[in-house]
Order: sequence, then structure tokens, then C-alpha cells
Amino acid sequence: MTDLSPSASAARRLDPVALLALAVVALAYGRAIWFTPPEATQGFAQKILYVHAPAAWVAFLAFGVTALAGAFWLFLKDQRLDRLAESSAEVGVIFTTAVLVTGPLWGKPVWGTWWTWDARLTLTLFLWFIYVGYLVLRGVIPGREQRARYAAVVGILGALLIPFIHLSVYLFRTLHPLPVVARPEGPAMPAVMVTTFFLAFFAFTLLYVAFVRARIALAVERDALDDAVVGG
Amino acid sequence: MSAPGLLAAAWLIARKDLAIEFRTRSAFLSALVLSLLAIVIFYFAWDPTAVGAGDLAPGVLWVTFTFSGLLGLHRSFGVEAQDGAMDALLIAPVPRQAIFVGKALANLAFVLGVQAVALPAMVLFYDVGVGAAWPALIGVMLLAAIGLVAVGTLFAGLTANTRLAELLLPVLALPFFVPIVMPAAQATAKLLAGRPLAESFAWLRILLAFDLVFAYACMLVFPATLDD
Repeated sequence: MTDLSPSASAARRLDPVALLALAVVALAYGRAIWFTPPEATQGFAQKILYVHAPAAWVAFLAFGVTALAGAFWLFLKDQRLDRLAESSAEVGVIFTTAVLVTGPLWGKPVWGTWWTWDARLTLTLFLWFIYVGYLVLRGVIPGREQRARYAAVVGILGALLIPFIHLSVYLFRTLHPLPVVARPEGPAMPAVMVTTFFLAFFAFTLLYVAFVRARIALAVERDALDDAVVGG
Repeated sequence: MSAPGLLAAAWLIARKDLAIEFRTRSAFLSALVLSLLAIVIFYFAWDPTAVGAGDLAPGVLWVTFTFSGLLGLHRSFGVEAQDGAMDALLIAPVPRQAIFVGKALANLAFVLGVQAVALPAMVLFYDVGVGAAWPALIGVMLLAAIGLVAVGTLFAGLTANTRLAELLLPVLALPFFVPIVMPAAQATAKLLAGRPLAESFAWLRILLAFDLVFAYACMLVFPATLDD
């Protein structure tokens, strides 16, 4: 019987990255709530930006990592790459869900509607569909090698698809606020807001790393358990 | 006899698939009837006094093609499941990519065949005046069918070896059909409204780029979906 204890304890130990991420998240939102002034026209609703935009960034980062890890897996056939792709996709879907939930919460008071078929909204919704499909596909394939191979194909094609959906939905129409921070003329935002904004980005990126690490530890345990059952 | 090259092998595989389909005709007839049924049922799904039939025609047309296309795509690897036919294809001395190209060619013929009947039926039932837009409309159909079949063939092969294949194929493939259905429906609407073709160029460019990128990418990754 394979000894499961090393990986099992690794998953249960508190990850220092997770602790750091939680601390920075607390810092960023403490700052966002008490030390950053509300926006003049949008009022308190604007504060959701500090969740919404960083979550969207993490979603794109996560799916990019999934595609790259899948592509490298096809050449290297290293199981760790597949676990990274799997974990990153799952965390990406969670953050995309956060984007899709916080968007309407802001849209109702500011735009007057929960949902609109705006380009960015539509793109995010399709991103969610693509990667939920990716996770469903992973779920129905029992063989580890076959699952990694199929997932790599869908991950790569999904990343290729994003610019096409982006182009089509933009041509359809757009209403979403244009970038106010990342623009060539510099941020159109008071410095105090920009600082909070970047702090929130940093916090979410750390959170992403912590989540993916925890999810990989889980995948390692699952694989070890599978091996133990098959081997024993 | 020497081993055939990629295109020759693809042609043989396409001919084999089409011969099977021609002898049974079951999938083609089902897809055709499904298309006609969809066109007819959609007519009753809205208030005809509020919205003109011609305004909804492009949307109905593209939703119908997408779903009937999926039906044909699912069959394309389903026929290989019996009697270990897929294994026979895999040990044949042909490039793996030839299997993809052959299957895709047969699927293209299938989809275009359904469109060739469903489009005139649509024009007839919805009383759409196509006029001089026929050649442009057929061009849009062809461009859309190529992209649809490229992505669809790959996912049909990928899902064929999983349980839930018939459920998983639409879940995976439909998001990929967005940059096909959206430009195609928009261009169709403009053409049916009598607008000049030049107004649809932006949409057609997306369609053409999608065809080129995905036909190549899918052919490239297809061998990774085969199980030895």
C-alpha cells in the first residue's frame, strides 16, 4: 500500500502563500472601504470595481496558464503540467463566476440594467461556457493520460477562440466603460483610487496562486489515491 | 500498391463515409427533416403581427443549421465505433491528419447538402425576397460551413470516445460556433435586407480568418485526439 502521508499533510498544512494572499486581500479591501473616497457619479457602487476588474484579470491569467500548460503537456507528457492546467481552469471558472456576479450588481445601479449584450459581458459569459465545458470533459474521462491529452486540445483551442469571440462581439456592440487605468495617457483616476486598484490586483493574483497551489495539492492526493487503489 | 498521400487518403476516407451515408441515408434524412421542422416550428414561436417573418429569417436559419450540423457531426465518428472500424483506420498506412481531412470533407458535403434543401425551404416558407443576393448568400453559407465542420469534426472525434458523447459534443462545440454563427447571421440579415455586400465585409473577414485558423489548428491537434 502506497504511503499517502506526505502529500496528505502537504494539503492540510496552511500554505504561507494563502496566508499572505488573505492578508493582502484584507489590506486592499480595508483600504477600498475606509480609506478610498467614493466615486463622484457612481457613488458606493463603484467600489465593486476593486473586485470585478482584478477577478477578470485573474480569469484571463488562469485560462492562459491552462492553455500553456496543456500545450507543454503535449510535448513533455509531464503529469504536473496537467494538474496545473486542471487546477488553473477550475480557479479560472470561479473567478469568472465572480466577474459575472459582480458585474450585474454594479450594472443595475449604474446602467439601470442587470445584463446587457455588451461585447465584454458576452465575451466573459462565453469564456465561462468554454471552461465549464472543459471541466465537464475532464470529468467524464477516467484515464489519466487520455484526460490530459483531450483537455490539452480543448485548452489550446479555447485560447485560440477568445480573440475571435472578442472581434465578433465588439463588432456587434459595446457599452462597457473603456479602460480608465491602463491607457496610454495615464490613469484617469485619482492616485488614491489607483493605489487601491493595484493593491486589489496584487491581492487577487496572490489569491490565484494560493488557490491553484491548494487545488494542485488536492489533485496530487487524488492521483496518489487512484494509484494506491489500482496498485493495492 | 504504395501508401496514398495525405489528400489522396483523405479523399478515400471521405468517399467511404459518403458511400455509407448514401446507402443508408438515415442521418442525412434526419438532419434534413430536423431542419425543416425547426424552420416550421420557429414560425409559431413569435407574434407575426409584431415582427415580420423576414426579420427573423436569418436567426432561424443559422440556429437551424448549427443544430442540424451537430447531428451530422456526431454520426461521423459514431459509424466507426462498430466492428472496430476506427482501429482499422488507425492502422491504415495513411497520415493521421488524412483521417481528419477525409472526415471533414464528408461532413462538409453533409452540411452543404442539408443547407441546399433547407435554404430554399426557408426562402419559400418565410417569403424572403433574396433577389440578386443569391451568390453572396451562398458564399456566406460556404464560409460558415467550412469553419463549422472544421471545429465540429475535431470535437466529434474527441467526444466519440467518451461517455455522454451526444451531450458533450454540443456543450463543447457551441461556444466555438459563436464567431461563425454571429458573423454569418449578421451578413445574412444585411444581404436579405438588400444591403450591398461591402457592408458585410467586416463580418466576412472574421469568418474567413476563423476558417483559416481553425481548419489548420484542428488538423494539427487532431492526432492528439486519437487513442492507440
